Amino acid sequence: MQTSEMKLDGNAIAGLLGEIFAVEMTSAQGTCASCGAVNEVGRVDVYIHAPGTVVRCPDCEQVLMRIVRGRGRYWLDLTGVRCLELAED
Amino acid sequence: MERLEDGEVSPYLVGELKVGDKVELRGPIGGYFVWRAGEDRPLLLVAGGSGVVPLMAMLRHRATASHKAPARLLYSSRTLADVIYREEIDRLVTANDGLAVYHTLTREKPKDWIGYTRRIDAAMVQEVAWPKMQQPAVFVCGPTPFVEAAADLLVGLDYEAQRIKTERFGATGGVGG
Repeated sequence: MQTSEMKLDGNAIAGLLGEIFAVEMTSAQGTCASCGAVNEVGRVDVYIHAPGTVVRCPDCEQVLMRIVRGRGRYWLDLTGVRCLELAED
Repeated sequence: MERLEDGEVSPYLVGELKVGDKVELRGPIGGYFVWRAGEDRPLLLVAGGSGVVPLMAMLRHRATASHKAPARLLYSSRTLADVIYREEIDRLVTANDGLAVYHTLTREKPKDWIGYTRRIDAAMVQEVAWPKMQQPAVFVCGPTPFVEAAADLLVGLDYEAQRIKTERFGATGGVGG
């Protein structure tokens, strides 16, 4: 299987993000720290075959987030996200 | 249930899960791939294989709504037997309330079949999709290669990429469902 075929999108991590964040995250808008593109989390590229989950910008392919869960804890690297814009519930 | 060797879920469901095991279900989750009846913009749904499932939820929602935006579903399946919800889809179309459904079969051509018999392509999308100026709401769901192909074709019609909402479920053996 090619890497491109393993690509999912932000919808695939709605549940994982739902465990971490208090508000619905797939309709949140994230700004890529690398290229400045603004995309809803639902449409970003997601790879879940890595150790942990890797979320990439659909415009420039830079890493937006890395999420690792293990031993009862979450590690969340948001270096690649300059800003997250969320709707109030 | 088809076991996909690289799949996240199917190897577990096919090989591990036993009758009597307890399964915890969560959801529905997610607010991105969501359509709400009441919108005036026409609705364009593009499904590859079991990608029709979330789109069918939208059509059921539409069927019970008082205000019905016109809707079109382009649904790619391998064979006629693989068409999920076939009878229900036929029923929804018979209601004659502004829903049109276009099937394409990628691996067979049944006798008397009047639908498409090829993978989704530019000519097909051109025939089925609403003109860009009508600003349709667009939802595409299917295996990753299908979704990428369909989204590229829609962008080729000058649809804005941001307007096309997609949901992929990984690779399942090629384009076309």
